[in-house]
Amino acid sequence: MAAATAHSALVGGEVSHDVPGRAGFRGTLRSEFTKIRSVRSTYWTLLALVVVCVGIGGLFAWGQAQRLASLRSGTTFGGRVLPHAQAVALLAQRIAYVRSAAVSISLFGLLIGQLVIVVLGALVITSEYSTGMIRTSLTTMPRRATLLAAKGTVFAAVALVTGLVTSFLAFFVGQAILATQHVSATLGTPGALRQVIGGGLFLAVCGMLSFGLGAMLRHTAGAIAAGIGLLFVLLILSNFLPSPPSGWFGQADIDKWIPFYAGAHIWQDQMTGVNPFSPWVGFGVFCAYAAAAIGGGLFLFLRRDA
Amino acid sequence: MIEAQGLTKRYGGTLAVDDLSFTVEPGRITGFLGPNGAGKTTTMRLILGLDRPTRGTVTVNGRQLRDLAWPMREVGALLDAKAVHGGRSAYHHLLCLAQTNDLPRRRVEEVLDLVGLREVARKRCGEFSLGMGQRLGIAAALLGDPSILMFDEPVNGLDPEGILWIRNLMKALAAEGKTVFVSSHLMSEMENTADHLIVIGRGRLIAECSVEEFIAANSQQSVRVRTPQPDMLSAAAAGAGATVRHDRSGVLTVLGMTAAQVGDLAFEHGIRLHELAPAQASLEEAFMELTASSVEFHAGLPRGAGQHEPAGVVGGMAPGAARTGEVA
Ligand SMILES: Nc1ncnc2c1ncn2[C@@H]1O[C@H](COP(=O)(O)OP(=O)(O)OP(=O)(O)O)[C@@H](O)[C@H]1O
Ligand SMILES: [Mg+2]
Repeated sequence: MAAATAHSALVGGEVSHDVPGRAGFRGTLRSEFTKIRSVRSTYWTLLALVVVCVGIGGLFAWGQAQRLASLRSGTTFGGRVLPHAQAVALLAQRIAYVRSAAVSISLFGLLIGQLVIVVLGALVITSEYSTGMIRTSLTTMPRRATLLAAKGTVFAAVALVTGLVTSFLAFFVGQAILATQHVSATLGTPGALRQVIGGGLFLAVCGMLSFGLGAMLRHTAGAIAAGIGLLFVLLILSNFLPSPPSGWFGQADIDKWIPFYAGAHIWQDQMTGVNPFSPWVGFGVFCAYAAAAIGGGLFLFLRRDA
Repeated sequence: MIEAQGLTKRYGGTLAVDDLSFTVEPGRITGFLGPNGAGKTTTMRLILGLDRPTRGTVTVNGRQLRDLAWPMREVGALLDAKAVHGGRSAYHHLLCLAQTNDLPRRRVEEVLDLVGLREVARKRCGEFSLGMGQRLGIAAALLGDPSILMFDEPVNGLDPEGILWIRNLMKALAAEGKTVFVSSHLMSEMENTADHLIVIGRGRLIAECSVEEFIAANSQQSVRVRTPQPDMLSAAAAGAGATVRHDRSGVLTVLGMTAAQVGDLAFEHGIRLHELAPAQASLEEAFMELTASSVEFHAGLPRGAGQHEPAGVVGGMAPGAARTGEVA
């Protein structure tokens, strides 16, 4: 098909009006990438994510290293002098613990970092509603499923890349600190690579869960509150609720369904009091939660007035 | 070309648009008139597919917006100039819109030049003044050089220079053969701009006609007459085929005759006149009466002071029923 062009004296230039094909996913993907990279809030939240995860992980690793250093010099972390035999026993015990948890310790900041990516995931969609931009967006790309898919894809990619960078950075910084006490892990340590990559995946899926909630609720504060509620408040609540009567299933069997426990086992090996799913199964459950939120968001987005 | 068929939209208990059918033709400016809350914005949202009609259909170039291959190359709309992300620069705002329809980057530069925003293209558009925001919205609408353009109250809050700019732009677009659909709640705005009018009130169609027809139908001549023998004059005028309205203060309004004809008639019948003055209802008045009557018709609101008799001014136009033929 020859592309005919109409020249408009007033509007200037030439815009082809007989172009084959149709406006679709690829162009919308480019558009959504332009959107996300052209607002400052994206950079601030991503920077906050890195700082929080790496900073808190590094701090936690430093604390553990200091504890070991104290024990090596025969005192507690607080400076109390211990009997020699007790210090040696405690040191051995601590070294074994820190060695086994070295990766989890360095990734500890993800516990807070998940809340930061929740903010960005929600903002990506709710800011279109709070500014009214959604009406302009839907006028230029009225195929709603295409618009939401492109938006979700761009955010998922940004969240995954940033999540992985964050996770690896937190790992290396944390291990460098633990290495001062010779208790660090390497990427070759069994399970370490899975945990570090898993940390990036976990952050990305946290963001997607929040994105789905944002599409459903359309309000920034509401979506962030819901995201934090699901990821963080449920986790805290589970530690305060009474256990079910003995003889039934155990508390640990309920807890494993809590989004954080299901999703975090992939990067967090120490799960006291929980009888978790295996890392990848748990992560699958976590992804299913996010998929449900996104599915709900899409369902409402297709049906509701904008 | 925009075509609406039995378009109806209900929000909860509010019937915002009620069984609207109309056609917006290319090559002219069609004014979409109605008082506040008449349903103009809602109708435009329905055209753009932002809202789903409760009943009826509306198409642009024969299709629903979401079925157009390249929506921006066919329809451009400015509904709300504030519907932008204030943290994004004007350039990136236009770029992200252009990309959805595979429009080239240079197109963004072109429309920025066209609306005169090149200097501030890199500024965050949240810092724009009202007029600049309006220009940005128009730039977005023009990006795809579409054949259909819709503007919702585009001159609201603009200074005279901005109003003139938009008016000339719309005229130029229509002269190029484009379909221009522009809403307003002021008749005076449309008098100088529109070629054709669609008037709605309370969500219903009141009139669809050319501006000339609207003027002809609504600026009907009337003559104010004061006489000590009002009954005689009424009878004589009625005999001559005119309509006469009695006012409480004893002033008669004769419709369908010129002042000279009324004077001659009085002379022939030996009726003394104390006052004889030709009067013309302004279009704004006619429009207000037209739409006020539709408000009354639907909501049973009490009529204002009672001095307006819509039946006399608009020639017996029934709300929702008058189409071009009946008006003329
Ligand atoms: N989303 C909504 N929910 C509920 N009611 C609505 C909604 N949008 C519009 N309405 C109602 O529908 C009616 C028509 O509103 P609309 O905004 O279309 O009028 P308008 O002609 O554009 O008025 P204006 O000149 O003030 O812009 C109003 O009574 C309004 O309150
Ligand atoms: Mg309006």
